[in-house]
Amino acid sequence: MILDPRTPSGPLDQRWAKAKEEMRLVGPINRRKFKVIIVGTGLAGASAAASLGQQGYDVHCFTFHDSPRRAHSIAAQGGINAAKNYQNDGDSTWRLFYDTIKGGDFRARESNVYRLAQNSANIIDQCVAQGVPFAREYGGTLANRTFGGVLVSRTFYARGQTGQQLLLGAYSSLMREVHEQRVKLYTRHEMHDLIVKDGVAQGIVTRNLMTGEVEAHTAHAVLLCTGGYTNVYYLSTTAMASNVSATWRAYKRGAYFGNPCYVQIHPTCIPVSGHYQSKLTLMSESLRNVGRIWVPRTPGDKRHPNDIPEAERIYFLEERYPTYSNMVPRDVASRNCKEYCDKGHGVGASGDSVYLDFREAIAKEGEPTIRSKYGNLFDMYHKIMGEDPYKQPMKIYPGPHYVMGGLWVDYHLMSNIPGLFVLGEANFSDHGANRLGASALMQGLSDGYFVAPYTVSNYLANKMNTQPLSASDDVCKEAIDNTRNLIDRFLKAKGNQSSESFHRRLGKILFDKVGISRTKQGLQEAITEIQALREDFWNNVRVPGDASYVNQELEKAGRIIDFIEFGELMARDALHREESCGGHFRAEHQIDGEAKRDDDNFAYAAAWQFNGLDKEPTVHKDELKFESVKLTQRSYK
Amino acid sequence: MSNSIKLTLNIWRQANRHAKGRFETYQPKDLSTDMSILEMLDSLNDEMIAAGKEPITFEHDCREGICGTCGIMINGMAHGPDRGTTTCQLYLRRFKDGDTLVLEPWRAKAFPVIKDLLVDRSAFDRIQMAGGYISVNVGNAPEANSILIPKDVALEAFDAAVCIGCGACVAACKNASAMLFVSAKVGHLSLMPQGHPERHDRALNMIAQMDAEGFGSCTNTLECSAACPKEISPKWIQRLNGEYIQAATVTRR
Ligand SMILES: Cc1cc2nc3c(=O)[nH]c(=O)nc-3n(C[C@H](O)[C@H](O)[C@H](O)COP(=O)(O)OP(=O)(O)OC[C@H]3O[C@@H](n4cnc5c(N)ncnc54)[C@H](O)[C@@H]3O)c2cc1C
Ligand code: SF4
Ligand code: FES
Repeated sequence: MILDPRTPSGPLDQRWAKAKEEMRLVGPINRRKFKVIIVGTGLAGASAAASLGQQGYDVHCFTFHDSPRRAHSIAAQGGINAAKNYQNDGDSTWRLFYDTIKGGDFRARESNVYRLAQNSANIIDQCVAQGVPFAREYGGTLANRTFGGVLVSRTFYARGQTGQQLLLGAYSSLMREVHEQRVKLYTRHEMHDLIVKDGVAQGIVTRNLMTGEVEAHTAHAVLLCTGGYTNVYYLSTTAMASNVSATWRAYKRGAYFGNPCYVQIHPTCIPVSGHYQSKLTLMSESLRNVGRIWVPRTPGDKRHPNDIPEAERIYFLEERYPTYSNMVPRDVASRNCKEYCDKGHGVGASGDSVYLDFREAIAKEGEPTIRSKYGNLFDMYHKIMGEDPYKQPMKIYPGPHYVMGGLWVDYHLMSNIPGLFVLGEANFSDHGANRLGASALMQGLSDGYFVAPYTVSNYLANKMNTQPLSASDDVCKEAIDNTRNLIDRFLKAKGNQSSESFHRRLGKILFDKVGISRTKQGLQEAITEIQALREDFWNNVRVPGDASYVNQELEKAGRIIDFIEFGELMARDALHREESCGGHFRAEHQIDGEAKRDDDNFAYAAAWQFNGLDKEPTVHKDELKFESVKLTQRSYK
Repeated sequence: MSNSIKLTLNIWRQANRHAKGRFETYQPKDLSTDMSILEMLDSLNDEMIAAGKEPITFEHDCREGICGTCGIMINGMAHGPDRGTTTCQLYLRRFKDGDTLVLEPWRAKAFPVIKDLLVDRSAFDRIQMAGGYISVNVGNAPEANSILIPKDVALEAFDAAVCIGCGACVAACKNASAMLFVSAKVGHLSLMPQGHPERHDRALNMIAQMDAEGFGSCTNTLECSAACPKEISPKWIQRLNGEYIQAATVTRR
């Protein structure tokens, strides 16, 4: 099957305008007749629900959280990019586009990325109008900072809590729509299945996490805005409940999964302290604006970092990449950190960390300035590590942070199943093989505020005079039974291990073998080990309690078995991609330690089709055409 | 293990909204001072599952002090003894070997207990719905830099905007008042010029909803601010009172 990405033709900078002009509209009086389901209330979901609600559609919005404000977007720290060129430092829509497509190692669609850059400026306008308290200059204008992989200052921020402030802005817009009764909100409802009839997405199955009730909700269109799957690694910077279930179960109903192996390992996380550790905490990339990364020149040097003189330190990023130095993209930074740790220069109890040092910045700018920009991050570090980063360097360590992979979508953000749209981190679309910092928030809001309102309307216009599927249709019953059977299977399992213990084991396999550096042999081993883990899960898991009330272990078990099944697909995708690109580093394919792409054979997005759990999935190729940029070996030197 | 620690836990167990709860005592194995309170509960739950017992229900998500999902009373203090700290950020190194910790859910009429340490805080969402927003439709926004906001105003608004909606202020207050939460939202939005057009209605409507939800009234004991993990200042409550009086006396409707 040839996938149709539906990208418009014509000059790059006019494609989105042209596409919008050609889209069909639904008149205001008819909009209320269309029911739209949105799953997720992060930046993507909340912004889409607010926008479609304002337009007048009958929007039904679901989240498993107790409140829309808890979505994982709340935790984003450093900032959001926009091509405003407020700093007069040479930024433009083109440059944001180019940085993003190069940062993604030329594995994203030109048209999508250009549209993202075009929408970026409007996002800032919208957020400011909502009252988001971005950082400002004395004159009252908006302030900017720099993020990795670029040479301009285009990142807007609200101290180290940008995601929180943006999400609270989107949440407030959403709650206004709920108040106006244009959006119906279902909190503590988890999506368990996608309802597909006649090849078209027509609804979802949810479990009410309070009452245990399993029910079908049908609609004219379904939007999945369910976030990323980084938590598959168990130890990651994402929230504990982040999961792959919504997209994975849609995959099992026929939606293609795009580039599952593209994962971003972030160089600056707080190191692991023991086997009981439940997650990693990110130290925002913005710290690399002021911090310098180094390791002791002598392997195994156990002196206190403040006692190691300048000459006995290696500032390896500055040495190797003089142009971008500490601001190289994340994949490059993580690989270099790992390389030095593997050579024995690593610090910390297990020798897998490097230093991020603020001494110079504090001396130059003064502690109060550093505190006003980064205070919350320094405090967070202090609480977790019990060490004061104003007095000694932070120890940092690379940890899984973000996924570029997700459900395959076309230019309209619609998957290969008509009626199923996928927004935000849950889709695979805009970041290629590596995402630049401060671009995920931008993408989530672009998808929700400025893309889906047009493309979803266009889809609905073709459904005029149709009713949503009846909730008592056979396919709904089948989907409900499917969910109930899985729940029964968990509750009947006779083992004595918590599902979390399997998650930890899965995370270890993936981090070691489908992590920063991957090899053919390691990936083959990972597939076998994950298959064995899946069997072990069913033989030895225990899910206590029953399904008729709150049961957190039951919720976890569902998410974890999906992670286990999904982990195998990640490894398969990584095995099939015989090249290195961005975050996907195959040790067999490198030049001078840098990723070596194979554009002749792999300039495509891989879209995987499910054929049954014990059968190999089929890969479809969405060929990437580059008409405006020249493919080059990415260099940050 | 040099950093091992022994603790006795008295934990509130309650099967559902209507059940009568009770304390149960636990002595978890293999605790380390580098564990957070929540990691201690994870580890205890693993033990209980292996032993065929029902694990403890508690809520959490980001585990880095930003989502506002976690929150329990620890020895009678909301989020425990440290200032400016959420439950998920509290580490066992804070306690002494042999200590006893009493862990309970938030207690407030407007936050009913659902199970064990898990409570229902949906009242906060309904307060937000009543007016915690600026009514601007997508597509209506003017160019961002056309609204100039002095740096100190933006910073001050930010100090209120950092509220994570955890509810510790309510749990810490003997009247179970939600004034700190409401005042933070009203304060943030009314300081920003974008929020001015709706400031009066916002204050009136959010306070009306707060009262309707059954939160108590504020008697200025300031326990709220002391427990607040984001150290939201009680000055916002004074501002809200001023805002409310002004709104109630200006007859705009
Ligand atoms: C620590 C951290 C810092 C970051 N910092 C930055 C930054 O500075 N800049 C930047 O650009 N990006 C940053 N990112 C990335 C960015 O935050 C995310 O990519 C982005 O917020 C994802 O938004 P989303 O709307 O797609 O999903 P999310 O915010 O993850 O929302 C997912 C939603 O889906 C719901 N959901 C999921 N599954 C189901 C289901 N089965 N049923 C019902 N509901 C479901 C959840 O309840 C939630 O509401 C950071 C990420 C992390 C982890
Ligand atoms: S004011 Fe403080 S204690 Fe109250 S909800 Fe907000 S962050 Fe929590
Ligand atoms: S779990 Fe998010 S604030 Fe504690």
